[in-house]
Amino acid sequence: MSTSLSARLQSRSQRLAGRRQAVADRLRPYRVPLFVMLAVFFYALPLLELPVISTPDVDFGGVLFIVATYVLIALGLNIVVGYAGLLDLGYVGFYAVGAYTVAVLTTEHGHVPYLWTIPIAVVVAMVSGVILGAPTLRVRGDYLAIVTLGFGEIIRLTAVNLEWLGGARGISAVKGPPDFCKVVEANRCVEAYAEVPHLNWDTGAPLVDIDKTTKLLDFGVLDLVPYYWFALTVIILILLADKRIKDSRVGRAWEATREDEDAAELMGVPTFKFKLLAFAMGAFVGGLSGALFAGKQGFVSPQSFLLLYSILFVAAVVVGGQGNRWGVIVGAVVVAYLPERFRGFQDWRVLVFGLALMILAVYRPQGLLPPRRTLRAKRAEQDIELLEEGALDQPGPDQPGLEQGALGGPVDDERDPRG
Amino acid sequence: VQFLIDHFFELTITGLALGSVYALVALGYTMVYGVLQLINFAHSEVFMYGTFATVWTMYFLGGTPASSTGAVIGMLAVCLVVAMAVSGGIALLLEKFAYRPLIKRRAPKLIALISAIGASFVLSETMGLRGELAKAVGLEDNLSRYVTKARDTRSIPVNIPRKDLFSIGDYTLNTTDLLVIVAALVMMLLLDQFIRRSRLGRGIRAVAQDPESAALMGVNSTRVVQLTFLLGGIMAGAAAVLYMIRIGATRFDAGFILGVKAFTAAVMGGIGNLRGALLGGLVLGVAENYGSALIGTEWKDVVAFVLLVVILLFRPTGLLGESLGKARA
Repeated sequence: MSTSLSARLQSRSQRLAGRRQAVADRLRPYRVPLFVMLAVFFYALPLLELPVISTPDVDFGGVLFIVATYVLIALGLNIVVGYAGLLDLGYVGFYAVGAYTVAVLTTEHGHVPYLWTIPIAVVVAMVSGVILGAPTLRVRGDYLAIVTLGFGEIIRLTAVNLEWLGGARGISAVKGPPDFCKVVEANRCVEAYAEVPHLNWDTGAPLVDIDKTTKLLDFGVLDLVPYYWFALTVIILILLADKRIKDSRVGRAWEATREDEDAAELMGVPTFKFKLLAFAMGAFVGGLSGALFAGKQGFVSPQSFLLLYSILFVAAVVVGGQGNRWGVIVGAVVVAYLPERFRGFQDWRVLVFGLALMILAVYRPQGLLPPRRTLRAKRAEQDIELLEEGALDQPGPDQPGLEQGALGGPVDDERDPRG
Repeated sequence: VQFLIDHFFELTITGLALGSVYALVALGYTMVYGVLQLINFAHSEVFMYGTFATVWTMYFLGGTPASSTGAVIGMLAVCLVVAMAVSGGIALLLEKFAYRPLIKRRAPKLIALISAIGASFVLSETMGLRGELAKAVGLEDNLSRYVTKARDTRSIPVNIPRKDLFSIGDYTLNTTDLLVIVAALVMMLLLDQFIRRSRLGRGIRAVAQDPESAALMGVNSTRVVQLTFLLGGIMAGAAAVLYMIRIGATRFDAGFILGVKAFTAAVMGGIGNLRGALLGGLVLGVAENYGSALIGTEWKDVVAFVLLVVILLFRPTGLLGESLGKARA
């Protein structure tokens, strides 16, 4: 690539970044109403049956639920990979721990009501995170990746081999959330307290379809929309908690550890403790999504927790932009939704997905929506490089000078509303 | 435990045979890691292409279960060359399309992992969809033997001759085991000497030690990276032939598990360290066998990973935790 072209590309990316900053600044005062509107839209999404977005080949409610669990997982993994900078290739292990805890407790081994098992599952997952983290977090970098990968496999293989956990067949008849139902006949909800109609776009214009309705909070097998709403609620709660943690002392400690562990340790950050905390938090969210999955699926088997999923989860986080919670949500949607949307091309979808990952890696190496801090750090790096090469003779009009705080570090970054 | 004692030599030798395959594949991981500090996630697919190259070469040469011993040995020799060429070629393609664009842009390390994951999917799915692809270019009739039932397991069409040589304790050593172990050791020895003594090997060590100084001293780092991938691919090709001699069957997704094991072996021995890869592979193969004898076959993989975790706890950079660059010249 010639120098002038690369310089032009750089200034273009800088301009784009600047524009993004401007948009973000203008939206800042409205971020609470915007967030509410977004949430309302996503609650309504399965009812709208939008023509292009809805999946033609599979039940849309089910797809939305899968996407929601991926989003939740990506948010959890983002704490580990994005905030604390620990590459975890065995995250599916925590997901499995959560799912199996629910499965074991609600079936023959316990008969505990589903909602009670969720906190238990979360605690068990957290404990397993600490058990894994305490010895392994002293290992650095890529060694950690392979150790976590091994841990994920150990969990899966243990599930395969222990008859008590159902072996390779898994555990069936896992209970889901309780129904709010007026009339129950033969275990099915015949009449609910309220029903909401879906829309119908067959004529090209939206019509209310009275024949297709969702019974409010009937967690059955036919209509999966209530499960999606449940998962969405959990996501919103986690998002709020995530923001609080990221903006706190803990979040800053993670960031310091990620950028330079030795420096952080010297400045008095107990890095090991904070890494362990990140692991436990990540395991918390992973276990939670596992519990949701088990409740909706009704059965768990080792097949749902293959190593491949750990890799897909990492892909979701990195593709979206590790460290930015909105970015990883986008990444999770890409990784989970696209293959379902194009189920018609069953045979080719993995191939296309692989190509997409490669292309993304080349053209958006920071992810689809990188955190602003990363962008700023990158800009500063480019500035330094230009300075070193002596090519900074004519700075572009919108090129931020170094003294404008491009290197200023994370001082005002803590106020960043977007993470 | 009694079973382990009774079958000690059998378990050890079969473990060594499998372990030497792990070790050969592990070399690819370890060399790329030594030079680029990247986990070459798609290396398992390079190996998988080698296994298919073996099967197809045998088809092409007209191998049948009735082929004579001499013919089979000749075929295996051709297979070895073809598989090494195919795997080396795939590894070079991988470097060109999945890594070089990223290295040029100095992308973050993690994104290279994503690119490699993407490449891994592309490679294994291309193999899994080869029937469809052949149809798309109108060759499915000419190549029907090679491309039909692309997602099924494929076995080698010949019987590998096997002769019992002599007994050690409870086990009669046969030619297959001996061939696999010796061939793997020879390959490793050649590679080790190449890295230590040749001019190109010195280049690889220089880049592994300090890429910037190496560039200043006139080492072409792109060439070195290419060479590293090529060597790793060649080793994977050899491993593929040995694997087919021992196991005899492959599938479009056969690389994955073996890749994970080989990577484990590389880390166990100390990633970036050639001798570490050998040691790690052999230890892993033997430990798996002992473990499955002690607690049951179904716990084999658990044993492998638990061993890895334990070793890393006590030696956080692997058994021989020394880098490729620091290998003495």
